[in-house]
Amino acid sequence: MSQSLRPYLQCVRSSLTAALAISNFASQTSERHNVPEIEAQTSPELILNPLTVSRNAEERVLIEPSVNSVRVSIRIKQADEIEHILVHKFTRFLQQRAESFFILRRKPIKGYDISFLITNVHVEAMLKHKLVDFIIQFMEEVDKEISEMKLFLNARARFVAESFLTPF
Amino acid sequence: MATPQVHHLFHAPIADHSFSSDKQTLAVARENNVELYQSSGNKFALSDELKGHEKTVTSVDIAPNSGRIVTCSQGYSCLQTVMPMSGRRPPLAGSPPLVLLRINRAATFVRWSPSEQKFAVGSGARVIAVCYFEEENDWWISKHLKKPIRSTITTLAWHPNSVLLAAGSTDSHARVFSSFIKGIDSRPEPSAWGERLPFNTICGEFLNDSAGWIQGVAFSPSGNALAFTGHDSSVTVVYPSAPEQPPRAMLNISTRLLPLNSLIWNGENEIIAAGHDCEPFRFHGDESGWQLAGSLEKQTGDGSGPREESALNMFRQMDLKGQTQVDTKLKSTHQNTVNTVRVYEEAGGQVRSFSTSGVDGRVVVWTV
Repeated sequence: MSQSLRPYLQCVRSSLTAALAISNFASQTSERHNVPEIEAQTSPELILNPLTVSRNAEERVLIEPSVNSVRVSIRIKQADEIEHILVHKFTRFLQQRAESFFILRRKPIKGYDISFLITNVHVEAMLKHKLVDFIIQFMEEVDKEISEMKLFLNARARFVAESFLTPF
Repeated sequence: MATPQVHHLFHAPIADHSFSSDKQTLAVARENNVELYQSSGNKFALSDELKGHEKTVTSVDIAPNSGRIVTCSQGYSCLQTVMPMSGRRPPLAGSPPLVLLRINRAATFVRWSPSEQKFAVGSGARVIAVCYFEEENDWWISKHLKKPIRSTITTLAWHPNSVLLAAGSTDSHARVFSSFIKGIDSRPEPSAWGERLPFNTICGEFLNDSAGWIQGVAFSPSGNALAFTGHDSSVTVVYPSAPEQPPRAMLNISTRLLPLNSLIWNGENEIIAAGHDCEPFRFHGDESGWQLAGSLEKQTGDGSGPREESALNMFRQMDLKGQTQVDTKLKSTHQNTVNTVRVYEEAGGQVRSFSTSGVDGRVVVWTV
């Protein structure tokens, strides 16, 4: 783990642990509803200040807590256009399967690549500290995955180019 | 300190729990039902289920003397049931009587007054319904406290005189109201909170330092101090001076813990609170200052640390679960957020034991 990644992840971990202090809360604006307040945005007093943790200009995490839900959005590192395409494809692949991921949001927040929506139901059904672990692990792995994919893509491109140019 | 008695009832969140006065019956709010457990030996066995709510039950309370159970749910109904006292009796016949609250949002919290003549229901409709039984109509009446409330009521607590009611809300205020009802209550003794107390008098309105949502409130045993916990992980203690005057002392104890959800007083100089940190904490102090005195949990862990490092175990874990070590178990007794703390046994305001329940489906009885 590089020098700057560790404090970054540590900061995200503690912010997320604190933000996940959520409870079951029925809507106070519509009858018989119980909706994630961070998505509904109907009562300003039920939404806390959003928090951005950034490692550098490219990588950052936005945590938006509310009384019964937390939205976590991640901007994944994209150094060049290839990485940009790879990240887009990768997150799209995940988001199309959002049901099986429970906490994944189908659309990311503007300016971010992938968003999670954690509600009180998830915190009740799953272990809270493992939920935080999952997000941290995801952040760790996704960079690794993208750079691996990029290396693989470059290697493959080189191989293709070589075999294409052999006849000449 | 004796080891806490743990009753792991099921794998679902417990919104609220309440013991009957003889500690033989335990009522637990589970999803849309209230489950009644009877003590048998040192365990609790499911004996009855109260159905009738169509939404998540948010709160349940058993009146200690009359044994009446009152429950409320997010489907804004409130049910009242007379408890089958022996537990050997057949299940409750018919549907329990419904108390019309005249609210159109979720009911969030219900508590019997110490006199057991009234109960108060907090709701998301920015009102507190104070309900009492009217003999001549044979009907439960609800009167609304609504004036300065601007958001959902999250918690309520009764003053020992059964007239004053403290309420915490997500508009970050803890308020003390008078719920005096003519014909039901006798005129209360004048106290620091107020002398004349007609219905809906606001005897105090308090905001904590960083204006977090209020999660728990409690009056001290004498009723002359109020404590409340906020979402900013602090506990605030208020000592009122005289009616219409600013409080004599208002002490804010900020902690580095996660927010506390519920609190009780143990005598006048100790508060026990629990919440998102999954363990109960003790606070000591008086009018001159309060501080956190530490956790009530024995910090030993259960010896699961080094033992599981054995090679056999490691390979077994890798084979079964694809990971080298399992750290899914927390060191605390509760494995998830604690929602409610209640007094279990007390004598003259001194708590001997208290019970907690939480999202992990456990009810734990702790000895102080």
